[in-house]
Amino acid sequence: MKAIQGVNDFVIRFANVNGTGSASANNMFAKAIFRMGVAVSPKNIFPSNIQGLPTWYEVRVSDQGYTGRRGGVDAVVCMNPQSMAKDIRELESGGYCIYDNTKPLDLRLMRDDVQFIGIPLTEICRTQYTQARQRQLFKNVIYVGALAALLDIEFGVLKDLVGEQFKGKEKLIAPNVHALELGYQYAVEHFRCPLGIRVARRDLVGDRILMEGNTALALGAIYGGATVAGWYPITPSTSVIEEFEKYCNRLRIDPGSGLKKFAIAQAEDELAAIGLAIGACWNGARAFTATSGPGLSLMSEFLGLAYFAEVPVVLFDIQRAGPSTGMPTRTQQSDVLSAAYASHGDTKQVVLFPASPRECFEMAAQSFDLADRLQTPVIVLSDLDLGMNDNLSEPLAWDDSRAYDRGKVLDAQQLENLQERFGRYLDVDGDGICYRTYPGTHPSKGSFFTRGTSRDEYAIYTEDGDAYRRNMERLLVKWETAKTLVPAAAFHPAGRDTTQGVLFFGTSTASTLEALDLLAEEGIHLDGLRVRAFPFGQEVLEFIAAHDQVFVVEQNRDGQLRKLLIAECDIEPGRLRAVNCFDGMPITARFIRDAIRSGIGGQVVPLRRQTRGGK
Amino acid sequence: MTYIRPQFRHPNLPANELGFTRKDYEGALSTLCAGCGHDSVSAAIIEACFELAIEPHRVAKVSGIGCSSKTPTYFLGNSHGFNSVHGRMPSVATGANLANREMIYVGVSGDGDTASIGLGQFAHVTRRNLNMVYIVENNGCYGLTKGQDSATADVGSASKKGEPNPYEAIDLCSLALQLGATYVGRSFSGDKAQLVPLIKGALAHSGFAFIDVISPCVTFNDTPQSTKSYDFVREHREATGKLDFVPMRKEITADYEPGYTQEVTLHDGSVIHLYKTGQGSVRDRDGALSAIREHKRAGRILTGLLYVDPDSQEFHRTLGTVKTALRNLDVAELCPGNKILDNINNSFR
Repeated sequence: MKAIQGVNDFVIRFANVNGTGSASANNMFAKAIFRMGVAVSPKNIFPSNIQGLPTWYEVRVSDQGYTGRRGGVDAVVCMNPQSMAKDIRELESGGYCIYDNTKPLDLRLMRDDVQFIGIPLTEICRTQYTQARQRQLFKNVIYVGALAALLDIEFGVLKDLVGEQFKGKEKLIAPNVHALELGYQYAVEHFRCPLGIRVARRDLVGDRILMEGNTALALGAIYGGATVAGWYPITPSTSVIEEFEKYCNRLRIDPGSGLKKFAIAQAEDELAAIGLAIGACWNGARAFTATSGPGLSLMSEFLGLAYFAEVPVVLFDIQRAGPSTGMPTRTQQSDVLSAAYASHGDTKQVVLFPASPRECFEMAAQSFDLADRLQTPVIVLSDLDLGMNDNLSEPLAWDDSRAYDRGKVLDAQQLENLQERFGRYLDVDGDGICYRTYPGTHPSKGSFFTRGTSRDEYAIYTEDGDAYRRNMERLLVKWETAKTLVPAAAFHPAGRDTTQGVLFFGTSTASTLEALDLLAEEGIHLDGLRVRAFPFGQEVLEFIAAHDQVFVVEQNRDGQLRKLLIAECDIEPGRLRAVNCFDGMPITARFIRDAIRSGIGGQVVPLRRQTRGGK
Repeated sequence: MTYIRPQFRHPNLPANELGFTRKDYEGALSTLCAGCGHDSVSAAIIEACFELAIEPHRVAKVSGIGCSSKTPTYFLGNSHGFNSVHGRMPSVATGANLANREMIYVGVSGDGDTASIGLGQFAHVTRRNLNMVYIVENNGCYGLTKGQDSATADVGSASKKGEPNPYEAIDLCSLALQLGATYVGRSFSGDKAQLVPLIKGALAHSGFAFIDVISPCVTFNDTPQSTKSYDFVREHREATGKLDFVPMRKEITADYEPGYTQEVTLHDGSVIHLYKTGQGSVRDRDGALSAIREHKRAGRILTGLLYVDPDSQEFHRTLGTVKTALRNLDVAELCPGNKILDNINNSFR
């Protein structure tokens, strides 16, 4: 048997039972590697359940700095008998299986191409601890201690992390360090440490941070000046609001009075959640809501109102696997179309696609400027992978000279000076964006009636077809303006001439860029373009035009971004090749590499011609 | 049909203490059916705001969808209004109020908008004790879609279609009381003397003020078999007693009648005088629920101010927000700056 070898280059998976306290131990493991200066990418694969079901924690360690999922598992920590057979089966050949050998392993699970490392965790806990809960919790800490020896993780780093974790509860530090030592000692005494795979200290992460995207969105909302949040709990978006509240309580309390410079209202449902945000934005505050797919469906009607009545509002959609309730704790990029065209009638919504916590922060703050400037909803489309996993990211940054762009809002003085009649929906500047007023601005000027019904340029109700058409066409002028304001796509050149390109967005980014490196090693070169917003800018059209064939990588079944490109940019469908992963797990570099490799090998036949030929 | 309303007003129109005349509180010409009860409610709102000398632009009007929800166009033309989506006015009102606590929020809704599609939002805005006036113009039917029964239609009541309604009616005042509304009244669009002071009290009240106004639909539900017709309501209503509203700034020399049996001082110092016929206290929530129930059993419609809690805690106080309008906070007050962000970054390393 040839054991997998590698320094800072492996994937380890922890297979646990939900509710056994494994999360904090597993986090400590990942953070220790990060503290050793090595790029690490943990993914929490958890059930929609509080206690008892299988849960996994997969950690990718990469000397090259890759943070996407690679594909394959090199080592597994088997702590869940329910999933053990599958967990062992999925190990790469030459991999390592760490398991609790208090009871002998079922011989049917044995593989002769896997190294089995048995540690009597239950037995150690039984002799060391008396309480059942302690026995369960410390089991997790003990295996982390054992891994420190097996993978050469600096023990001091782990000790520091324990100290930080139990700051304020110092009594717990010594027992936890003791548990780490128990595991460490057992491993050192019984196995040749380290294993073929191991960690070595580097200086590769620089000033980067390890943060969940939802935290970054919440901070972006605070820095972007949001004061009102309406919400309804739904996985995986809930922590956006929880973090918003947590940081607001630290950063947004009036020092004199102790009162809050923010308002968070947990609504009765998603309809009310966005209604609340729209009401607040209409009245001049910056407001947002956070939700996931099912909530987006419910919010559609209000999104149509905000589009048509031109009320700014910000929505963070942390996508999960649909349709319907789908897989509520698994990731997907499957709300692209329902976000882009949210609501009945002719609607188009501005959508931003962040790919990292840093970008979550920036786009969250920017979304409020865009919504105010464009007087329309802005949807920031994150997902469970980005939102709820610790993602390695550039640190968050804010330019202190930055002011908020509140858009075209007339104040009392401007209304007073106005020579002409105020027309709320009058396109004075020719960019499709009209001037608005906040309620209560002036005693006799600038009031108007906001409505979802058709109206003329002066906000007067009308059923005149010409007035309706003029308004709908002006909204398209505004859409053109939006193209110049949203974040441009990011170009990743192949470094040499190529007729092949790949488009991707959001959490498909890290894996796609790694796949491009893997393909380049095989002599296959593709230019990459990361789409960052809808509407698509001119650069997206030019990129597609410049390549014979463009792969579109996304995490949904139907190729939603591809469809949007075809529909909005009038592109020959055959030129866009779908690379779709939709099993609810974050897409892997190997999957993308394989799909593109076989796609390039195959003959490109446009779908239309295929159909015709079949008749 | 086209209407041209004369722009001429009598040059000596009386002005209120801020110098505004009634004309300053009017809106666009109503497009509702001639004789619609809703127009009387609009007139009562105009009257109440004029008499209270509220600056028109300090009011924000919010509504949902339906005949009643159209009416905010027909009063307070100098106020901003938001005709939102069906049954969702309460959430829009909540957000608007959170953004700026310094304005006065007047919501107008209908029985379909509140008792059917918007029942959930109505329930929850009531629970929040949002500082607003919530008026339902209740005619027991869907006017805009040509007269279907609504959820407030009484069992056995029949509209123009002639079929008696078989379903239990939702009593919105009872519901509001159960859900914690802190000012609850019922009135009739044809009784301006009762409705105007009731609206004034609601405007002065701090917290959720709910008024269910029976407002007959002349086109679809003014039939002899309807319990929401003008005739039926006139014959079957029974007021809890007359009420007078005395604004805070008026001295007690104002023209109220002596002999009131109860007095309620509202949050802003205004006073409501009640000349109640019954014995119960207007601050007794359970008593109000019983009185509504007993009158209904007797085939009567109880009107007037049914309940008030002048000392309640409205939503901003519950949340603990700053006294100034959140929308007026600027970047200096909202953005913590890059130095703090560096510290935050450090906590994620």
